[in-house]
Amino acid sequence: MLEEREILNKESIVITIERLCHQLIETHNTFDNTVLIGVQPRGTYLNNRILEKLELIVCNSNIASGNVDISFYRDDLMRRDEPIVPEIMDINISLEGKNVVLIDDVLFTGRSIRSAIDALMTFGRPRSVELLTLIDRRFSRDLPIQPNYVGKVIDAMESEKIIVEWKENTGVDRVLIRKSKQ
Amino acid sequence: MSNLSVDHLLGIKYLKKSDVELIFKTADNFKKIINQPIKKVPSLRDITIANLFFEDSTRTKLSFELAEKRLSADVINFASGSSSVKKGETLLDTVNNILAMKVDMIVLRHPNPGASVFLSRNVDAKIVNAGDGTHEHPTQALLDTYSIREKYGEVRDKRIVIIGDILHSRVALSNIYCLQKLGAEVKVCGPSSLMPKHLDSLGVTHFSNLKKALEWCDIANVLRIQLERQDVNYFPSLREYSMLYGIDKKILDSLNKEITIMHPGPINRGVELSSDVADSNHAIILDQVENGVATPFSTWFLLAGKIQGN
Repeated sequence: MLEEREILNKESIVITIERLCHQLIETHNTFDNTVLIGVQPRGTYLNNRILEKLELIVCNSNIASGNVDISFYRDDLMRRDEPIVPEIMDINISLEGKNVVLIDDVLFTGRSIRSAIDALMTFGRPRSVELLTLIDRRFSRDLPIQPNYVGKVIDAMESEKIIVEWKENTGVDRVLIRKSKQ
Repeated sequence: MSNLSVDHLLGIKYLKKSDVELIFKTADNFKKIINQPIKKVPSLRDITIANLFFEDSTRTKLSFELAEKRLSADVINFASGSSSVKKGETLLDTVNNILAMKVDMIVLRHPNPGASVFLSRNVDAKIVNAGDGTHEHPTQALLDTYSIREKYGEVRDKRIVIIGDILHSRVALSNIYCLQKLGAEVKVCGPSSLMPKHLDSLGVTHFSNLKKALEWCDIANVLRIQLERQDVNYFPSLREYSMLYGIDKKILDSLNKEITIMHPGPINRGVELSSDVADSNHAIILDQVENGVATPFSTWFLLAGKIQGN
């Protein structure tokens, strides 16, 4: 049996994204030397939302952005049942000397972010790489990776699933925690 | 999306349509990687691949090795000319010796049809058939079909004529299987003496007139005349073959439409293709070579995904 609980609703997601944007502005000011990079596939939705909001707040419609596909950089190719189906690698600028903000929806073991950092380095040597995540599942990390900007911290059991739904694919913005009952 | 339905790439015949589509989708992404400043990805860093070539090859061997290196696999190469095969070692013994060195994947080109199927039944490694005698050459068919998909957007309902020595050609057989799986219409053209007996069972018909074949098709895949596989003469002379089945600019200009010319290489210039056609905008021969890296890349990547974790 499955039990679901909503941990962020549509309104709270709007507020959280707005706060994250202001935190980004505190560090990146006008975003002249900053590139926002969503992690394919699910980080791209959050990346787009943040980009839209930032453009309104800082009145800059030229914030550099892209999406990184980590398929070929993962460490679990021979440890999974399902095939890795690559998404589009959408980075059309050099990251040499840039301040990169990696954006993903859920930070869990940290392995995807490790792969994403690896993939980023093929586009040049960034000056810095930061991490923004909507949900941080702390205490579940396999690698020493911590986010710089966090929407919400959640303490969940390893068997529980965090599901982030976006209007673009399910018709509603919300974050759920799904517990599997014995 | 589900995984590949096969554990080895032995022939296109054994693949499902969804397998071909998965390979192509993955190859699309690899083509992006080719344009990155750093073209190497770490996917297969814990995999060792042995390329065993019991027959000569230039393009296939080079493009495979490049794809394997781009994927960070460790690669060992073997050519039968300089090996113990000359001393009478059997295929199975050779391969088992190589496997004892902990090799995960074997890419095999062999003059005997069925050699790769035989290996897949007898050794514990992923096998890729890089051409087995006159049987199949699946990676060539994948890259040819991928090149058509790239040029036209899709393969479905396209008309392809394969011209030349169909009897001895593994490229022709694999291409027929692959193109038909994706919904294309395939016919062949060439002298009757170079047509296999059971063409009908493949659902393919034969043109003996080149002009008619070209008028029918959207794409002509022109095969090399394989003089090394002809122990008897199947046609009177190369000159006669060239006059009847060689494609030159004159015959292309006489058609009332533009067609695409493909060739798996190496070209016998002046025999099956004239230089002005081979070097023209009609030809996508160099695109085929470029895709000759992208399609093996995706195939190896997907097959490696089926190796059980360490």
